[in-house]
Amino acid sequence: MVQLRLPENSRVKRGKHFSAPAGAKKTKTFRVYRYDPEEPGNPRWDSYEVDVEACGPMILDVLIHIKNTMDPTLAFRRSCREGVCGSCAMNIGGRNTLACTHGWSEVPGRDCAISPLPHMPVIKDLVPDLTLFYAQYASIQPWLQTETPEPQKEWIQSPEDREKLDGLYECILCACCSTSCPSYWWNQEKYLGPAALLHAYRWLIDSRDEATGERLDELEDPFKLYRCHTIMNCAQVCPKGLNPAKAIAEVKKMLVERVV
Amino acid sequence: MVAYNFIDHKFDVVVVGAGGSGLRAALGCAQAGLKTACISKVFPTRSHTVAAQGGISASLGNMGEDDWRWHMYDTVKGSDWLGDQDAIEYLCRNAPAAVYELEHWGVPFSRNAEGKIYQRAFGGMTRNYGEAPIQRTCAAADRTGHAMLHTMYGQSLANDTEFFIEYFALDLIMDEGVCRGVTAWKLDDGTMHRFQAQLVILATGGYGRAYFSCTSAHTCTGDGNAMVLRAGLPLQDMEFVQFHPTGIYGSGCLITEGARGEGGYLTNSEGERFMERYAPSVKDLAPRDMVSRAMTIEIREGRGVGPNKDHIFLHLDHLDPKILAERLPGISESAKIFAGVDVTKEPIPVLPTVHYNMGGIPTNFYSEVVTREGENPDKVVPGLMAVGEAACVSVHGANRLGSNSLIDLVVFGRSAALRAADTIKPGEKQPELKAHMTDGHLARFDRLRNANGGTPTAALRLEMQKAMQEDAAVFREGHSLESGVKRLQAVHDKRRDVSVADRGLIWNTDLMETLEFDNLIGQAAVTVNGAVNRTESRGAHAREDFADRNDERWMKHTLAWFDDATGKVRIDYRPVHNFTMTNDIAYIPPKARVY
Repeated sequence: MVQLRLPENSRVKRGKHFSAPAGAKKTKTFRVYRYDPEEPGNPRWDSYEVDVEACGPMILDVLIHIKNTMDPTLAFRRSCREGVCGSCAMNIGGRNTLACTHGWSEVPGRDCAISPLPHMPVIKDLVPDLTLFYAQYASIQPWLQTETPEPQKEWIQSPEDREKLDGLYECILCACCSTSCPSYWWNQEKYLGPAALLHAYRWLIDSRDEATGERLDELEDPFKLYRCHTIMNCAQVCPKGLNPAKAIAEVKKMLVERVV
Repeated sequence: MVAYNFIDHKFDVVVVGAGGSGLRAALGCAQAGLKTACISKVFPTRSHTVAAQGGISASLGNMGEDDWRWHMYDTVKGSDWLGDQDAIEYLCRNAPAAVYELEHWGVPFSRNAEGKIYQRAFGGMTRNYGEAPIQRTCAAADRTGHAMLHTMYGQSLANDTEFFIEYFALDLIMDEGVCRGVTAWKLDDGTMHRFQAQLVILATGGYGRAYFSCTSAHTCTGDGNAMVLRAGLPLQDMEFVQFHPTGIYGSGCLITEGARGEGGYLTNSEGERFMERYAPSVKDLAPRDMVSRAMTIEIREGRGVGPNKDHIFLHLDHLDPKILAERLPGISESAKIFAGVDVTKEPIPVLPTVHYNMGGIPTNFYSEVVTREGENPDKVVPGLMAVGEAACVSVHGANRLGSNSLIDLVVFGRSAALRAADTIKPGEKQPELKAHMTDGHLARFDRLRNANGGTPTAALRLEMQKAMQEDAAVFREGHSLESGVKRLQAVHDKRRDVSVADRGLIWNTDLMETLEFDNLIGQAAVTVNGAVNRTESRGAHAREDFADRNDERWMKHTLAWFDDATGKVRIDYRPVHNFTMTNDIAYIPPKARVY
């Protein structure tokens, strides 16, 4: 028989409700995914009626407001609060993004669901386990590789060659792209995913790097690279406005060009 | 108390923190053949180095003649003569090699037309001992810290550095004045760990979050500084807190000084470029303490902008949009997101915002932690080093120059590794750790984990942050500083009433924030107590009741010890080093600091 529902212990149940404080003028309800590995029971959706006018403008401000004034047990990662560290990536209103740069007013409706990045094991609440994601990043050898003896000063790189790194080096490893990719959901054990591949291209295209051949050899594989089916979710969700799908296409082009 | 069982690890070196200085130190130790662990409460690329924007200073001379001596002169003058000149010489001489090393590792620096590393102007950086602004700050657009941190993490992967990620360090394992390791709590499974090492290197960053508004990340809670205080060791020059002139009004997010380096300028409500009055020769490129004071005076005298006349405008709208896109793309994005401003058309609303801690753990230029013992002001604490913002070498003295912190990270991260390689042998036998050395660590952890008082951590933290914001600001004054001391003492006393709602061990961020708050309160206390005590104005410490620098009485470093039980602060001093490292440059004697 085909199983059409999630197993009993994976179903997300309705959780607690926290009402807005008396006197709140403008409220919005945030349904937040909760899972505590130390407690028995299923994951649940807790809902918080938040006085949004008492918060800053971003979803991260809302989460901090919930943690400070309504429910200190809520767990989420955060650090820089300005979109450069990549800690607070999560799924907000059905879309992966950074909580710190996404305004609560950008989420339409009176109700907003917040859950961890999809298709990753959840450690607790909004904290996913990114071990595999990091291992994939490491696997593309994200460091400069050269054979020519190092110069006394810097390697010379023309402004035009340097410009080729724009749109690539800015990646903050937040994992929004990879965890929005259906191909990655289905084959994450074998497919490197958009973030790692974007970085692979960042080193392939760096005029200073001399390991292009070896790097391409590593990627020439039916799964690692070619599971990208240009679904383009990665480019849609990247909070830094990068286009991993384009970088992947460039890698594919390099592989074709070296055989013709 | 429930029993906590330690999982034991033994290394030659344990580095706590994986930002720029921690990664550089760990990398150097591993390359020297020392078995090295790097533990961090966040994944390395999430460390706050990632948020550094404008650049890293080094006298490469890519944009015109430069000399490390000029860089040294600027740094000494920037520090308002509180910096130790031997350490400043070490920094400036080693800076170019450190930048070339980063470039060889792959940092995507912006380039000049010759294909060399692009350098921009920054505050207080001048040619020929103060003559005119110079372009000395090496930049990767306005994402230099991000580019560096990611590259250094990649390099750590290439060198198989052993990371322990999302481990929260609790306390130093001290044995009769010798540091033997560090304890930590692993967040993802709730286990407790004991890292034994011949050498612990603290690279835990600053404590900006002691304030209500800061450019610092939420994670900047100075955990290493606090561990040092609890170990009965002093912190140095903690009264010197840098306010960055251009935090975005409201959110406090950073707008790089590089914005002014590329030609941006500040205006008041009359549209006047007021910095011309305060620093006629370098104008908007004066050091940060001076610009922050000038802005505060403008606002105070009624020339602030906005409906409440409570901030200042930073103009970039006269610059070529192409230049903005190429050199300042990151802050253009931040201004859009956090101030709703299109920088090509409108000015950015800005306000001086807490940004950097010049003070920290006292070290020598080998990065070894020092303390005062009797008549010896330079007693090395065996087994303990500190680097980066956590440390006070002191190269920044009373005021750090912009782009001198990124260079501090790599130069002293490297110096720590070199010293480690010189002073310890790989695999040397280590004495057995005894339970009494860590009983206090576990008791504190367990007490806070089960805290069932009536005040949530967030409320106590807010009370501390408000006191710091109001009483230890850009300008300080005796009465308000004394009120700050009292307010912080009150917060310290209320610690007994703290409540933690989550009793779990796995990713218990309620407990983690409580441990961080507990770390912050001691640092806040030594900061205000040091500020009350220092009755002069020097660098970032501007006393309205003591408006002048007083070299005769105050050319010395503050050392502050904290009694965690009572909240009391004890103060002593170390002399400022009035000598250089070599004879290649003479001691730069103090003079009036005008720009």
